[in-house]
Amino acid sequence: MAKPMEQIKWQELEPGAVVTEVGSAREYHTGTWRSARPVVDSKGCIRCGVCWLFCPDAAIIRAEDGHFEADLTYCKGCGICARECPTGCITMMAEEEE
Amino acid sequence: MDRFSVFAPRLVEKAENFTSGHRACQGCAEALAVRLVMKALGRDTIVAMATGCMEIVSSPLPTTAWMVPWIHVAFENASAVVSGCEAGMKALMRKGKVPEKKITFVAMGGDGATADIGMGQISGVMERGHDMIYICYDNEAYMNTGIQRSSSTPYGASTTTSPAGKYSIGQHTQKKNLPQIAVAHNIPYVATACPSFPFDLMQKVKKASSIQGPAYIHILSVCPTGWRIPIDESIRYGRLAVDTGVFPLYEVVDGSYKMTYKPYRLRPVNDYLKGQGRFRHLTDKETGVIQDRVTKEYEGLLKRCEGR
Ligand SMILES: Cc1ncc(C[n+]2csc(CCOP(=O)(O)OP(=O)(O)O)c2C)c(N)n1
Ligand code: SF4
Ligand code: SF4
Ligand code: SF4
Ligand SMILES: [Mg+2]
Repeated sequence: MAKPMEQIKWQELEPGAVVTEVGSAREYHTGTWRSARPVVDSKGCIRCGVCWLFCPDAAIIRAEDGHFEADLTYCKGCGICARECPTGCITMMAEEEE
Repeated sequence: MDRFSVFAPRLVEKAENFTSGHRACQGCAEALAVRLVMKALGRDTIVAMATGCMEIVSSPLPTTAWMVPWIHVAFENASAVVSGCEAGMKALMRKGKVPEKKITFVAMGGDGATADIGMGQISGVMERGHDMIYICYDNEAYMNTGIQRSSSTPYGASTTTSPAGKYSIGQHTQKKNLPQIAVAHNIPYVATACPSFPFDLMQKVKKASSIQGPAYIHILSVCPTGWRIPIDESIRYGRLAVDTGVFPLYEVVDGSYKMTYKPYRLRPVNDYLKGQGRFRHLTDKETGVIQDRVTKEYEGLLKRCEGR
């Protein structure tokens, strides 16, 4: 697991600033950007996977019962899944301030 | 039964080779394009990328969104670097220093990197005949530095360096036709694609990877930030670009043209232009000029597809 940049000293960097761990961007949780979240009505979901295919952030996962839902760790709340879902079973709900 | 398995997306590779956690804007179809391209290519791939949004959002030190060997080089030389990787690996395999296997070598850049800054090197790798793919993610401006016009910005678009106003309609030059420049190099494969048509896009990337020699893929990548559209409409605008004939989906294999998706009847170009903030200032007269040009170019392309 890569340390956050502010904790890394220059001596610890690989020569040429080579990054040796693939896919480590996952440590950064883009879900904190979100101002609206997609909520899937699981009864209306036909499990076609269209939302999954069109999500720019690969932030759609399958719930245990097989329907699709947003991975809120990474979902930025763009609403593409809600707009492209062929059955219209996804609604964007405003995130509340805590 | 698992219903997901009866729908087309099930055919798509599940592994993500361009992962979550990248920092592209909300609703960025350029990031979606990269995600789909990487699904089609798989892990036996080496990528060099010019600077631009996709390089910046995917590689803030010390993290990376890439699951494959990936190198960021200067603005202008992604293609030249990949041609070196390809030649080097070929030599290493010949000498038995690395095991023989099929590796796909891919250079990627934005429209600024491709149409303007890297043009010379791209021409060089195509002419030298390297076994590689060059992919241009065309969001029609230098987006990463704040929406400056490139030679791929369409006529009439307002950008920060081609602002629309009392004396200007915005960009007053015509979009450079990069796929045609690639075709003029007589390379075995050239295609246009758009992530709003994900299966068409992935099929073309796979084809480019399987063909020996240089391949060029030009991907229209809708940028909600720079085009000034709502963030949930980037798939819709990509579809409109294709359905209006503004951005036809075609491929050219060994010089023969084929339309890979032909709208039954083209929608008026205004369906695509209206609603985009960058074209908001255009009058009917100017959209008429754009319509005439789109119709003429589309008909020219149809003729080439029919071998006329
Ligand atoms: C030689 C050089 N000039 C300028 C820059 C600054 N710069 C970084 S990204 C960028 C814009 C890239 O535009 P494009 O290739 O269209 O990609 P996009 O960001 O639109 O995806 C610019 C001008 C640079 N890094 N190097
Ligand atoms: S697009 Fe809609 S119907 Fe299809 S899997 Fe996603 S939520 Fe379910
Ligand atoms: S709102 Fe956007 S980021 Fe979130 S799951 Fe839907 S498509 Fe993905
Ligand atoms: S500026 Fe445009 S291309 Fe760049 S990350 Fe944002 S939406 Fe994507
Ligand atoms: Mg660009």
